[in-house]
Amino acid sequence: MNADAAARAGYRRFLERRSFIEMNARERACAVLDPGTFREMLGPFDRLKSPWLPLQGIVAQADDGVVLARGTLQAKPALIAAIEGAYQGGSMGEVSGAKIAGALELALHDCAQGRLIWPVLLFETGGVRLQEANLGLAAIAEIHAAIIALRRYFPVVGVIAGMVGCFGGMSLAAAVCTHLIVTPQARLGMNGPEVIEQEAGIEELDSTDRGLIWSLIGGEQRYAVGFADDLLEDDADAIAAAVRKAVSAGPASAPPARSVQAERYAELLRTIDPNQPLDGESLRRLWQRGLKP
Amino acid sequence: MEKIQYEYPALHSVPQRVHVGVVGSGDLEVLLEPSPDARTHVVVNTSVDGFEATWKNVLDRFFARFHGAVSIEINDFGATPGTVMLRLAQAAEGLAA
Repeated sequence: MNADAAARAGYRRFLERRSFIEMNARERACAVLDPGTFREMLGPFDRLKSPWLPLQGIVAQADDGVVLARGTLQAKPALIAAIEGAYQGGSMGEVSGAKIAGALELALHDCAQGRLIWPVLLFETGGVRLQEANLGLAAIAEIHAAIIALRRYFPVVGVIAGMVGCFGGMSLAAAVCTHLIVTPQARLGMNGPEVIEQEAGIEELDSTDRGLIWSLIGGEQRYAVGFADDLLEDDADAIAAAVRKAVSAGPASAPPARSVQAERYAELLRTIDPNQPLDGESLRRLWQRGLKP
Repeated sequence: MEKIQYEYPALHSVPQRVHVGVVGSGDLEVLLEPSPDARTHVVVNTSVDGFEATWKNVLDRFFARFHGAVSIEINDFGATPGTVMLRLAQAAEGLAA
């Protein structure tokens, strides 16, 4: 009877939850900002789209897959950059990358003038758009630089919800964020499983083995070994609350960014014997103590 | 990749613009705006070549019931006619909201 009631309560909670994963980029930005404050910049009707994709026979999306929104978080000015994972794998091209980099640089300029704007990045990206190659990579480098510069003013918060995840150069953008929020469905890694299988062979990694993939680069694992700061269910309200909490905590309370702790991570890497097999579970055992500063 | 254009007569103006959908696999994006004149203009950019007759059928059917003077841009990534119809209906619903 008790178990039955608990199951019913769990079921009800699941039904009442607003899925963040199922939202598109625009809906996600709306869900994170204070209600009614969403104001889009360079939206689809500005038609700032990729000049390169149509030349390669690919239909371009009118906003190049990035939603930039101004609004407020707890009544304070905020900037959201949300990537649309359903369009070209959330890839960063010249335009989509420049939209994010440009918005972050403007926020940085405002911060330097004393007008603080909280930046939040909603990742859902396979990394650079291969059709735009170096132009996308250059934009990604500018995004990294802007995040690192903005970190001086306040925590830069990133969210990886899934189901695309966050890969390639943009995984580095997630890594340099002050505070990273993930769900169990999220994945975070430099190379995606298909790329590793293609380059190193199926003996190295079977990209169809979902259990294996998530045990290595999934949200729970990334949180357990200290590469993410919050692990949350796929719940838009919970994610929005965690974003607010992280930004309002202010820069002083945030631990030093992971990217300035290179020595500590080098130390942790030295605890691994590359000649021994290593799986997600053993890495958790190996690193769980060492990761807490 | 193909670009197809259509024109339809219209009966009344529309007050705002609406954006729905995504250029994702089997899906499409619809940008709907008030028309600069009293007619309806449709531009379809599609990744799948050779379906001009199907597009005309779907659009004829939609504009048999929808009479707003709009400029519509469709960016299509292999949506089925059913999905196209649903996205158009969603855009029209966005006008009413």
